[in-house]
Parts: sequence; C-alpha cells; structure tokens
Amino acid sequence: MDARELRFAVEELQHAYVHCLDSDRLEEWPDFFTDPCRYEVTTYENIEQGLPVGIISCDSKGMLRDRIVALRQANIYGPHRYRHVVSAVRITRVEDNTVTAETNYAVYRTMLDPVNYGHSELYSVGVYQDMIVIERGVARFREKVVLVDTARILSLLVTPL
Amino acid sequence: MPSANESQSPWITWTKDPTDSVPYQVFLDPAIYEREQERLFRGPIWAYVGLEAEISKPQDFKATFLGDTPIVVNRDKDGTLHAFVNRCAHRGALVCRELHGNRARHTCVYHQWTYDLKGNLVGVPFKNGLGNAAGYPADFQTSQHSLRKLRVASYQGLIFVSYAQNVESIEDYLGPAMRAHIDRVFNRPIEVLGHARQFVSANWKLYAENVRDPYHASLLHLFHMTFGMYRSSQGGGVTFDAKSRHTLLQSYRRNEAEEVAAYKGTEVRTYQSKYSLSDPSVLQGRPEFPGLSIQTIFPSLVVQQIQNTLAVRHIIPRGPERFELIFTYFGYGDDDAELQAIRRKQANLVGPAGLVSMEDGHAAEIVQQAIVRDKDAASVVLMGGRGIADEESLVTETGIRGFWRYYRDLMGFSGPANVTKESESWMRASSVSQ
Repeated sequence: MDARELRFAVEELQHAYVHCLDSDRLEEWPDFFTDPCRYEVTTYENIEQGLPVGIISCDSKGMLRDRIVALRQANIYGPHRYRHVVSAVRITRVEDNTVTAETNYAVYRTMLDPVNYGHSELYSVGVYQDMIVIERGVARFREKVVLVDTARILSLLVTPL
Repeated sequence: MPSANESQSPWITWTKDPTDSVPYQVFLDPAIYEREQERLFRGPIWAYVGLEAEISKPQDFKATFLGDTPIVVNRDKDGTLHAFVNRCAHRGALVCRELHGNRARHTCVYHQWTYDLKGNLVGVPFKNGLGNAAGYPADFQTSQHSLRKLRVASYQGLIFVSYAQNVESIEDYLGPAMRAHIDRVFNRPIEVLGHARQFVSANWKLYAENVRDPYHASLLHLFHMTFGMYRSSQGGGVTFDAKSRHTLLQSYRRNEAEEVAAYKGTEVRTYQSKYSLSDPSVLQGRPEFPGLSIQTIFPSLVVQQIQNTLAVRHIIPRGPERFELIFTYFGYGDDDAELQAIRRKQANLVGPAGLVSMEDGHAAEIVQQAIVRDKDAASVVLMGGRGIADEESLVTETGIRGFWRYYRDLMGFSGPANVTKESESWMRASSVSQ
C-alpha cells in the first residue's frame, strides 16, 4: 500500500466509524475494532497526572458489545442523536501494517425527548488517538483513545464517542 | 406570601411532619438557593472538598468549591492544611487560577497582591508609594487584608472545610456510625486513580435524595437484571448518624452457605435473561468488602464502594437548576498490579458512563424538567412509612426523610412545633459546646 492508499484507508475508517455512530447502527460499532483491542475515553486532567482511570476503558470486543447491549436494554437516558465532525487525519507513524494517527472530533448532541426535542448542543470535543491495523485491505482500530477536552460531561455518556 | 417576621427569607409551605412530602419549590426557587449558600454551606457544617492524597506534598494546592464559593485548599511547608476563599482581598479577583499545582505563595495576577499558604497577605506592590505616588494610607495594615480563611479538618485523609467558627469537631459532625464506615474504607493509605466530572441540569438536592434512596436501585438501574444477575438474596439496610443528616446504604451478600440455602428456598426470584455478558471480566473482582456501600456525608460528599471500585463524589451546586459531580477514584498504595487492573476495569460500572449507575443524573434531570410549573406540588416520600430511623431493608425512603428533616432545621423552614423546638435545642447545644 503506498502512502496515498494508506491515508485513504485511514480516512475511510474514520468516516465510516463516525457515520456508524451518528446513524445509530451501534451494533456494528464493535466491528471497527480488532479483538483484543483498547477503547478508552479519558480526559487531559487524568492523562497529565498519569492517572489510569478515566471515563470508559474496554480491552476486548466483547466489552464493546456489552456496552451496546446495555445501552439498548438496560441503561436509561434521554433519547438523542449524535453528529460527529472530524478533522483531516494526521498520520504520525507508519510501521508495517500499523498506522498511528490523530484526528480531532466534535460531537453535537441533539435531544429527542419531548422537553428538549430538537435542541442541539456541543456535547464533546477532543482528539482521537488511534492505532490502526490494516489486514487484507481492511483497516481496524487496535487502539482508540478518545482524549476529551470536554471533561465536564453533560448528563451522562452512553453512546460511544 | 412572606410572613411578617421573615420578609427577607423565602416563603415556603412545608407543614408535613415528618418530611414525607417535599414541596418542589425547594428545587426551583433562586431565593432558596441563595439561603442555602448562606445558612447551609456557610452554616455549621463541614463540607467535603478533597482528599489529602490529592495534595500530598508541601505547597500542593487544589482549587475547588464550598457550595458555589470558589476556594483553595493547600498544604503548608510543615504539612498543615489550610483553606481560604479564592477571592483577592483587594478587588475581588480569583487568586488561584489553576485546578491544582504546587506553589510557595499565591499571587493575584491583577495587582500582584501576594498571600502565603495560610492566606495571609504578605506582599502589596507600591505599598509605600513610588515617586510622587503616596502609596497606601498610613493606617493600611496588611494583616487586615488576608484571604477569607476557612476552618479545615481532615478525617482519615478526607478534607472538610467550614465557613462557620462555631461548628462542632469533625469527629462529632460525622458521628460514630459514619466514622466506623469511613475507618473501614480508608483503612490504609490511598492512591488516587482518576477523576471524572459530570454536569447535571438539576438541583443538587435531587442528587442528595438519590444517594439516600436504595428503593430506586434495582428499579432504575437495570444492568444487573438485564444480564441475569439479579439477586434478591442480597440483604442490606440504611444507617443514620444521630441527626439523620448522613446516611449509609449497604447491601451485602450473605455468606456462601446462606446464599445456597436462600437459592434453594422460595426467597430467591431467579431471573432468566435473554442477555449475557460477552466479556464478564468487568465484574471479576477480589473479595475485599462485603457487598456494596454508598455513604453520604451532608452536604457534599458521597463515599462509594461498589465491588472493588472505590470513589468519592463531590457534589457542587451550580445555581438552582445545575450541579456538578466530581468522581475521584482511588485504590490503596499497596494494591498489586492485578488489583489495580481490577479497579480500573470495574470503574466502567460507575461514573458518568457507568454501566450500572449512569442513570442517576438523568433521573434528577427528568424531575427538574417535570416540576417546572408546580412549585407548590410536592413529592411522596412514604416508602417504609413515615419514620426516620435505621432500617434493615433497602426498600425504604427513610434516608430521604432524614435528609429533609436536617435540611429544614438548618434552613429555618417552618415545621410543626416539635421539629422546630428540637432543632433549636440542638443548634443551641452545638453552639454552647464550642
């Protein structure tokens, strides 16, 4: 894969990933990851102090699946839709089939409950710090660290970032 | 309409005794919020503001809040803790503008008034003038312009501050039952593992009710039920301090023999679930505490122990219809790598994205949304009867009733004569004992 193909594959992965979340196809979300994998949501406050516990920490595809089953069946929250806006990808390292990349994101959350119906607000902004592996032409996240600027989480975090 | 002798105070209809009915006005009224900041957060209470482990070294500081007042807690060179209001004595600017750090002095950026770690003013630029400028008048004394100092007390590494001079000792404030539980959780040096912040569009007291309410636990929080882990064989109960302001909710598993017996009997309701966890490692733990405990220390602290997740939650009011919740997760200094990993993984169960308990903030919000036009309507807090006493049951709202009784006393809201008399007598007693 040459550099342009690689960049295209990584960008396609980012766009497909956020499109999956924004269109509520959450059952497909775990398939963007390898197994095992690492999916973390944490804050600068924790990273800067070297603190290991953040908001979410998953180390297997199974844990990702369980989050979605819990979201659908167990958790109670205000119905909402996400809209991710992602920046161009900045590839920081390429080693064999593994790409390290950073992508800024912003998520607007639109509430769908009767009281706040149609209200959109900036819900979370931050950076994806990703390690992506490309195997047989398919790119997946081995690691996705969502480093949020918005440490003050509005209400709760149920739909993945 | 305001009563004649309390025209400056919010007027509230709250005649039920005991507090089995709470007028929604308390969650809405800006005047009540103002009065809380004065009579409650600046009243004869100790408010949790942080952990000693967060400011472990000399000169470490942390900027935080007492109610909605910005404050600084720091550690002097000799290790002593000090706290003061984060407002320059000169023209009112925020003196400490960082979340945390290490400083020998605090200097206000506006005119560089400088304070030591006790909050004393130690430096004023051009105090004696410069050139033709006269400087401060001769009667100006730096000693008269310290930062507003707060009383500080630490109990087992939990830092509390008080605005009031006449507050009882922290040991008496917590009381023996609450101290015993804190002693169990903080039984050896802790290590902070992380922070999480949650901003909820609801009055802070809706959360104060939630953490005193074991009735909702298995009804609102469906994670365990959904994945087939419901156990009615869990025992538990509610414990108060003597003034019903603090609450300890505990749910504990029985020992193995009792568990088996309960399972074979009719007591257990087995729950067949369609769903099972793909990766149950999130629940794998190590025996450490019996079951689960949520301890609430009035007004701003929750100490949680859920399996191996240990955390304190700091409740910060942000106006009548907003509050912030800061979770600080911790383990012990002597945790091995495996136990650290367990705590880290189990942290997925709690906090703003907690699989088990993310719903609490939302529950507060949907109350706030619905009561908007009905300040004179009131809630029903009758589960378990009307009493305020320790209970050997989790299906009870006694903890909520206890909270409101103490709150009403502090706020001076009219209640039936016996409640008022009782509150006056203990207020008198506590000021005499200082």
